[in-house]
Amino acid sequence: MTDKANVLAVEGIGKSFVGFKALDGVDFSIRAGEVHALLGENGAGKSTLIKVLTGVHQPDAGVISLDGQPVHVRDTHHAQSLGIGTVYQEVNLLPNMSVADNLFIGRQPTRYGFIDRRLMERRAREVLAQYDLHLDVASDLSRYSVAIQQLVAIARAVDMSGRILILDEPTASLDRHEVEILFAMIRRLKARGLGIVFITHFLDQVYEVCDHVTVLRNGKLAGSAPTSELPKLDLVKMMLGRTLAVATHGDRRHRPPPEERQLSFKGVGRSRSIAPFDLDIGEGEVIGMAGLLGSGRTETAKLLFGIDAADKGEAWIDGRAVRIRTPQDAVALGFGLCPEDRKSDGIIGDLSIRENIALALQAHRGWFNRLPKREQTAMADRFVKALDIRTTDIEKPVKLLSGGNQQKVILARWLATNPRFLILDEPTRGIDVGAHAEIITLINELCDKGLALLVISSEIDEIVAYSNRVVVLRDRTHLGELSGDEITTSNIMQMIATETGEVPA
Amino acid sequence: MNTRLLPLYATLLICLIAYAACLIQFPAMFSTRVAGNLLTDNAFLGIAAVGMTFVILSGGIDLSVGSVIAFTGVLLAVLITQHGVHPLVAFAVALAITTAFGAAMGIIIHYLQVPAFIVTLAGMFLARGMCFVMTTDSIPIDHPFYAALQGVFYRLPGGGRLTFIGCLMVAVFVVGMIIAHFSKFGSYIYAIGGNRSSAELMGVPVARTTIGIYAMSGFLSGLSGIVFSLYTSAGYSLATVGVELDAIAAVVIGGTLLTGGVGYVAGTFVGVIIQGLIQTYIVFDGTLSSWWTKIVVGVLLFSFIGLQRVLVVLSLRRSAAPTGG
Amino acid sequence: MKNMFIPAAARAAPQLGSLALILFLNYLAFPGFFEIRFQDGRLYGSLVDVLNRGAPIIILAIGMTAVIASRGVDLSVGAVMAVSGALAATMTVAGYPVPVAVIAAIGVGLLCGLWNGVLVAYFDLQPIVATLILMVTGRGIAQLITEGSIVTFNEPGLIFFGSGAILGIPVPILIAACLLAVTIVLVRRTALGLLIESIGVNRSASSYAGLNSKLLLLVIYGFCGVCAALAGIIIAADIRGADANNAGLWLELDAILAVVIGGTSLFGGRFSLIMSAIGAIIIQAMNTGILLSGFPPEYNLILKALVIIVILLAQSFSSLGGWAFLKGEFRAKGTRQQ
Repeated sequence: MTDKANVLAVEGIGKSFVGFKALDGVDFSIRAGEVHALLGENGAGKSTLIKVLTGVHQPDAGVISLDGQPVHVRDTHHAQSLGIGTVYQEVNLLPNMSVADNLFIGRQPTRYGFIDRRLMERRAREVLAQYDLHLDVASDLSRYSVAIQQLVAIARAVDMSGRILILDEPTASLDRHEVEILFAMIRRLKARGLGIVFITHFLDQVYEVCDHVTVLRNGKLAGSAPTSELPKLDLVKMMLGRTLAVATHGDRRHRPPPEERQLSFKGVGRSRSIAPFDLDIGEGEVIGMAGLLGSGRTETAKLLFGIDAADKGEAWIDGRAVRIRTPQDAVALGFGLCPEDRKSDGIIGDLSIRENIALALQAHRGWFNRLPKREQTAMADRFVKALDIRTTDIEKPVKLLSGGNQQKVILARWLATNPRFLILDEPTRGIDVGAHAEIITLINELCDKGLALLVISSEIDEIVAYSNRVVVLRDRTHLGELSGDEITTSNIMQMIATETGEVPA
Repeated sequence: MNTRLLPLYATLLICLIAYAACLIQFPAMFSTRVAGNLLTDNAFLGIAAVGMTFVILSGGIDLSVGSVIAFTGVLLAVLITQHGVHPLVAFAVALAITTAFGAAMGIIIHYLQVPAFIVTLAGMFLARGMCFVMTTDSIPIDHPFYAALQGVFYRLPGGGRLTFIGCLMVAVFVVGMIIAHFSKFGSYIYAIGGNRSSAELMGVPVARTTIGIYAMSGFLSGLSGIVFSLYTSAGYSLATVGVELDAIAAVVIGGTLLTGGVGYVAGTFVGVIIQGLIQTYIVFDGTLSSWWTKIVVGVLLFSFIGLQRVLVVLSLRRSAAPTGG
Repeated sequence: MKNMFIPAAARAAPQLGSLALILFLNYLAFPGFFEIRFQDGRLYGSLVDVLNRGAPIIILAIGMTAVIASRGVDLSVGAVMAVSGALAATMTVAGYPVPVAVIAAIGVGLLCGLWNGVLVAYFDLQPIVATLILMVTGRGIAQLITEGSIVTFNEPGLIFFGSGAILGIPVPILIAACLLAVTIVLVRRTALGLLIESIGVNRSASSYAGLNSKLLLLVIYGFCGVCAALAGIIIAADIRGADANNAGLWLELDAILAVVIGGTSLFGGRFSLIMSAIGAIIIQAMNTGILLSGFPPEYNLILKALVIIVILLAQSFSSLGGWAFLKGEFRAKGTRQQ
């Protein structure tokens, strides 16, 4: 038997959801004894691919084959019985039950119809001992750290499936030491001949533990190569890529900086969320914020907008010290935020487009100072036209719109409040190419109108195209700022890819 | 220390302190007579509360309990006195009906994905309505078999009586503990209460278990109805109004998390005893009215819900910390 | 105008149809059902009776609609009714002027509601859990106020709230109608309606939009408490006594049922106060119908149970098997999995 043969291979996998192609002709394969990194930004299609592999979703197109034989994965249980085990980022275990229960639930050994706890606990100890884990298997799982819970989840998945292990961002909430323990386990499993799919957004970890890298972008395969043959910079390029189809201005960065930067944040930070940073923004300026997922981009936005209260630092507006403890404070100061997670934090799905657009202004005006329906309609009509929101009727529930149009509705919601400072967190994620270009045009227009903008994006080219200055983040820290001619795709990628402690070239 | 056990210890402590306080004021409460009566008087509540414990452990709620108890009592009375059915046969019929009734609610809850409280609310109306369909009178049950069962007791030293129904309640608790901690079904209940979607992913048969939980609650409500009819020798359609609330209170005071996943059947027993103690104290005192029970139970309910909320927040904060060790 | 009106009427068709059917059945059971006569300065008749007896349920349903629209539920309204009724009766008997007693009773209802609101909004307790506490304790508190007995009174000022009439119309109907009108104006002429629906559909997104959802929840539960207090005063005034054990018993369930019949989803969002009021009238029409046709009033419960089951079946069909499924949305499944 050649252990170099593909254990699992998918070819031409496609999967669409309403008005949105999550996966489009993706090929992917994994060999026995290989750790294969699967990379991509949020919405690139990683989780959809995993869900297809584990039978949660059925693909619209393409073939999945196991040991060269085409298979149809019916559901998660079928995937397990085929030997495909999965461990998710938010550990899918039962913290209210014992370690042994968690390892064996659904298949506990019984004796006279009752659970044979002694046998189960002995077996649990045996299973864990393979990984040098010596836990009190009778005590609640919640007593152990997330890292240990993660290892237990892996042990369970391997014990049940044993051929392919999919690890979906297992390191997201672990510290350095815990990551080491996890990696030791991964290497051990690799030596045992398992095929391991490792999803992460920490590039260092890819190079530390993975043999092969596959990158997805916008539901398509962006590239696949052995880790040893792929320099980090190329990898970052592969991930952040060039998808931009719009004519890029790029001229803004050559404009002289505004004489006065009206919004100024000094030493703002929040422990366990983002290290203190300084940020100054002037009207008519676009600050791009670049960094990989988990680098502290969204945390920065939440802090500036008062979703999370900062525990240190101060904010100055027009030279006056202000306090931003809640979103209401931020809105009163003329801020707006289009959040990253449109579905859960952005749209009010069942309400109409008109109501969604009016919401922020209404909340700001107060409960009793209702915006008359006539004005709401006029406003909604105006924004539907101005932002080219494609809908047949402004009374339609907003959840029926496509992602790009939903994004425009949220943008309209903030523009209706006539803001001075707008934070856009991944405004172009998960929307089709046409809408993408429109949103970028909009960003340019807004800036020309004198708004201060902070735009967070995974699309580096996009950031380069519209930013006056670019802030680069890594590991929950603001690394520094680029301005003028420094703003180039390669410079930004360099900064992101540089390991901690290394000097940017 | 395991924080999960904290509410249980708190309950035990409160129970002991309450009993001690009662004793200081009324030394006569230290008797097997009081202890025996405590079991007998709360037998029906205890049995229903075991079913409620399972339902709440799974993250659900069953508001139909009180009505099902009354329904069983009326059904037994009608079958035995008006149709001449032997009590044992009547018991079997009643249990079969209530179990099927519970299972039907479980089916609706699981497959229609509607909140348990609204489904069991419909069940509450239905069961209470069926009582009235059968009769609106209070029907006394006079049957030699009933007399025989009521005559079965073990005389404790000191004059207390350990009655049949008191023992039955204790037996139900013991069986409940075995199911909760030693059966696969029990582990599935905890799993569903802990995290339904995780449980599903881990291969727990969620549909079967959910239906089983409500069927069991229906069965135990039926059994509780039998005990209540033995206790009162009658079937009355307006009886046991609001017993579901007493049962829920007993479960929560017994340290079970109302959101599911954490708790002990044994704790519910203590919860039932605490409620019984409060009533006994009121009887001994003679001047207090029975409504103090509700207030004290409400205050305890609030304290335990508050305590659990604090524990949940604390454990969230702990797990949010970057280092787990 | 046309396309605004027709969908609203079409939406209300099942409820209006059921109401018409129930009224017709009542007519069959009791041919004098639609007769209304004027006697002693007051309207009498079965139809008036339906509205009069339905008034407390309508009032409760108004408060409950706001709570359910915010994705909550208030199980304590029955107990709060008992508390406020007990306070109004006891204070009147103790010699306080009626307005003082009524204001105090409404005040205590507000306090109860705010208590629930604090637990839900600021302590993040599930609404069922939070309101369960008062549901259990409330009747005990009511009995504490009445000292365990049924407090009866003969103060005409208070009785007026239950059986008085203004221009021939019974006072409970007037109170319910006024409250309904005022609330509708308050909710639809201010932004409250939109904001309540907004936090009911998506509380997180509403907060992101700068809405103070905690304060709004507090106000909603407080309002529901006030509604419960009003209903409690009417019931106490009607029977000329406060019965801590039985006043408002099961009425929380009637109120929830009225809201659900009215088409407001238990998962929050869009609500209609008028439809909830129609739901309450449907419930009371069933009550009255059963009474008129000679069945024991308790048969109602079976009918209500069947109504709940039918509604649940219809709702879950439309949300699971209905058009969402056809459109290939996987919302229901997705939320279950994640």
